[in-house]
Amino acid sequence: MIQLILVFAAILIIGIFFAIFRISTLASAVMKKPGAEKDSQVSSGNSLHGALFIILPLIGFGAAGWYGYKYFGIYTQPHASEAASQTEPLFWIATAIIIAMFVITNVALFYFAYKYRYRQNGKAHFYPDNTKLEIVWTIVPAIILTTLIFTGWKAWRNIMYEANAPKNAQVIEIMGYQFAWMVRYAGEDNKIGRSDFRYVDASNAMGLDFTDPRTNDDIQLGQAEIHVVKGKPIELKIRARDVLHSVSIPHFRQKMDAVPGMPTRMTFVPTMTTAEMRQELSTRPEWQVIDETTGKARFQNFNYEIACQEVCGRGHFSMRAVIIVETQEEYDKWLAEQQPYVEKNKDYVVKAIEKQKRIKKEGLTTMRESANKGVRQTASF
Amino acid sequence: MAVAVQHDDAHVHDEHEHHENFITKYIFSTDHKMIAKQFLISGILWAFIGGLLSILFRLQLGFPEMDLSFLRFLLGDWIDATGKLDPEFYLALVTMHGTIMVFFVLTAGLSGTFSNFLIPLQIGARDMASGFMNMLSFWFFFVSSVLMFQSLFLENGPAAGGWVVYPPLSALPQALKGSGDGMTYWLLSMTFFIVSQLLGGINYITTVINLRTKGMSFSRLPLTIWAFFITAIIGLLSFPVLFSAALLLMFDRMLGTSFYLSDIYVAGQALHHTGGSAILYQHLFWFLGHPEVYIVLLPALGISSEVIATNARKPIFGYKAMILSMLGIAVLSFIVWAHHMFVTGMNPFLGTIFMFLTLIIAVPSAVKAFNYITTLWRGNIRFTPAMLFSIGLVSFFISGGVTGIILGNSALDIYLHDTYYVVAHFHLVMGSASFFGMMAGVYHWFPKMFGRMMDDRLGYIHFWFTFAGVYLVFFPMHFIGIAGFPRRYYSFTAFDAFRIMADLNSFISIAAILTFSAQLVFGFNFFYSIFRGRRAPLNPWNSNTLEWTTPINPGHGNWVGQIPYVYRWAYDYSKPNAEQDGFTDFIPQNVPYSQTPNSNLPYENELIEIEKEEMLPTDTTLHTEKVPE
Ligand code: HEM
Ligand SMILES: [Cu+2]
Ligand SMILES: [Cu+2]
Repeated sequence: MIQLILVFAAILIIGIFFAIFRISTLASAVMKKPGAEKDSQVSSGNSLHGALFIILPLIGFGAAGWYGYKYFGIYTQPHASEAASQTEPLFWIATAIIIAMFVITNVALFYFAYKYRYRQNGKAHFYPDNTKLEIVWTIVPAIILTTLIFTGWKAWRNIMYEANAPKNAQVIEIMGYQFAWMVRYAGEDNKIGRSDFRYVDASNAMGLDFTDPRTNDDIQLGQAEIHVVKGKPIELKIRARDVLHSVSIPHFRQKMDAVPGMPTRMTFVPTMTTAEMRQELSTRPEWQVIDETTGKARFQNFNYEIACQEVCGRGHFSMRAVIIVETQEEYDKWLAEQQPYVEKNKDYVVKAIEKQKRIKKEGLTTMRESANKGVRQTASF
Repeated sequence: MAVAVQHDDAHVHDEHEHHENFITKYIFSTDHKMIAKQFLISGILWAFIGGLLSILFRLQLGFPEMDLSFLRFLLGDWIDATGKLDPEFYLALVTMHGTIMVFFVLTAGLSGTFSNFLIPLQIGARDMASGFMNMLSFWFFFVSSVLMFQSLFLENGPAAGGWVVYPPLSALPQALKGSGDGMTYWLLSMTFFIVSQLLGGINYITTVINLRTKGMSFSRLPLTIWAFFITAIIGLLSFPVLFSAALLLMFDRMLGTSFYLSDIYVAGQALHHTGGSAILYQHLFWFLGHPEVYIVLLPALGISSEVIATNARKPIFGYKAMILSMLGIAVLSFIVWAHHMFVTGMNPFLGTIFMFLTLIIAVPSAVKAFNYITTLWRGNIRFTPAMLFSIGLVSFFISGGVTGIILGNSALDIYLHDTYYVVAHFHLVMGSASFFGMMAGVYHWFPKMFGRMMDDRLGYIHFWFTFAGVYLVFFPMHFIGIAGFPRRYYSFTAFDAFRIMADLNSFISIAAILTFSAQLVFGFNFFYSIFRGRRAPLNPWNSNTLEWTTPINPGHGNWVGQIPYVYRWAYDYSKPNAEQDGFTDFIPQNVPYSQTPNSNLPYENELIEIEKEEMLPTDTTLHTEKVPE
């Protein structure tokens, strides 16, 4: 149905344009008065355009302001991390400044266009330059920008620099692959064991290295549902198995790409449990709306989500993981139910160790054998 | 229409004139004007294709539930049995849209058209430095176009990894259908494209440096030419880097090298690649990619400088500041690329450096905006369609530019990177602004290209619908971006956080369809006017630049007889006392100061002596041609 309407709308619009064109061509031919060419400098609609430059922007500013105000609670995602508490105020300050710049300059542009529209005996003011003005409007933006950067710089260092990361962070590994996430907890030693993409097979999706003793207590989750404790810093060790992915956690205002062959990292500190956030959202009208997909109110569905934000193929749009932020007690209870991978898959591990030792000894040779036939192996650059 | 060009020592192409046939005139032409038209028409055709692709994926985004079976005639099996668009083909559509718009429309269609058309005409040259290379430039572009177009119909579809084609995705056919033959076509096509750009660029640069007419010093060049000149230099320095990026990617794909690939397990198999760096590709790509956005934008800014000054009947405000800021932008554009990579795992210290460099580039951009606005101030503005599009350009440039200040702030970009906020930013500042520059150029120079006028009522309709349409499409995307919606998502239903604002997405799609329809008005107007438009007068916009001193339909060689000399800059509009010298509100560049004693500024009077000695004795155009009254 919709497509029919769209097609009709398109045809109608084209039709209207064409009609306007024909009619106005005919009309101008008929109505051309002798002497009407006197002022051929401009077309007759010149003032109309000037006026439109006032009317349309007014409507536009009004509509944008209305939407921005009315739906503020919808388009701003709730946030609950230490990084977000630093960047959110910066974002809104910067937004206020750019809205001011946007409005002032656009208004000047449109107003001048309207005000100085063509007059038959008008004459433009010959005004080729003014060095003082140029200097002013070089320096003023420079100062505003410098202030903005310095505040951003501080937040950037706090959030991204490894040196500024809390030393006692709990280590969790996340691996992106087409098209899901896989998660491993470092276990009691808080160290994740080595892994190698050559060890990957149907049972060992993350390529855990069982010859590394640090692997023994590592817990690999069956589903990408990361449990973390409120207020406790987490160090995410990020990698990818096949192509680029990106770990984006919108509610924490954080993001880091997952790169095959180059491990990356992110530190975050959640500041509100999932339950607390649901509680808080339950008071907001826009969150009481029923979500059609689940049949529940939106706040009941609320979850901290990880979305893949680097295009990775067909299933990119559904590469989701959930972060459950909870209290220490809840977390401990959950953790008690988890079992290290090595314990859960004893038989497999025994066999895998043999294979891994062999691969390690033979180095890349095995790879050459298994590499695509027809793909020539050359030196690695 | 073929105007016989008189023999002239300076004119190297004379021999060709006499045996000009259809093929040498319209196809393998070495005339810069014909080559410009070839670029323009290809660009327009590409723009319609690129636009159509965007409508297809906007249908998916705006109406995810919609039954798209009716598109099967066009897309075949990419629409599945239930009428749903294939998610991989969605990515292919996005990728092709981006590639086509950035490279084929806004680089070749805009810069290729107007650099070719205007450089010789505005600097007073018979043609480009090498007409043959110029012709090659178009034909390399043509081959590139054919390859890209053909790739749309491949069984596995065209390239689909985004217009940036990051490896490993773009290197592994196992990971994505489009990374098979489609990607090979993409790389080949881009290789030809780069060759075309380099041939064109070398020509533009040498022509501007060597073939300016007497008196046309760099300080008298119209800003259009400055813009094309700087653009060509940027392109010459940055496109080779894209070439090396593409070449290494080809090696990784075809020869099994590991420049970009490392530690990959895909489709049930561990690959042999080790030691490569996926980030290396991104550095190389954006080393072109960022300059590219200015390659796209600067010609548009140049065009609008010319159009705004002409139609405000005022000199462009701050001619020197405009040149300086373009030079500043050109230099800085090479050292900000990594702002596209803040969260790729690059060392955050580098991120800090690039944040500082990026925000510096905002300053010259701001200066340009202020200068345009001041040019309108106290003008006597005629709203020709070209003028409207130029004003629209300035508005988009500002509206899209201000969000760059937020994105350039690396701490804020962590959240916004790869969201619709970025999409809104660059579609306004680059996409729409440059597109409007192109349209301004077409409306303004159409009379010079085809000797006829475009219909201005249709032009007005085209402008207002497009201007409103662009804002209706891209402004709401800021809200979607603030809500964190990721780019290149086929659908937003998989996430609780993104199951909102579906109505806004539908709104955007409807606005996009309307805006696209308005382009049909342009298409009609353009092609209709080529054949049936009103005949153009010699200087329809009362403009100062040299191209309007050529015959209405200039032949190969541009001027009959001697090329006019240039005595003044291009912006003597509404000069005080010009009436007493017998001029109205404009004094063309080829009018000597000695003819305008009343309106000359003090330092201009001093130039009269030099003029009398060095120029006037040999300037035969002054005797044969009447100076416009
Ligand atoms: C005021 C000066 C500007 C600043 C500070 C700025 C900053 C940025 C930043 C930081 C990004 C990366 C955002 C991200 O991916 O997360 C970006 C993206 C982009 N900018 Fe700008 N920008 C400015 C002006 C421009 C101009 C003038 C153009 C075009 C002529 C432009 C075109 C683009 C494009 C095409 C992208 C996105 C490319 C992509 O990811 O596909 N920007 N800009
Ligand atoms: Cu993805
Ligand atoms: Cu950039």
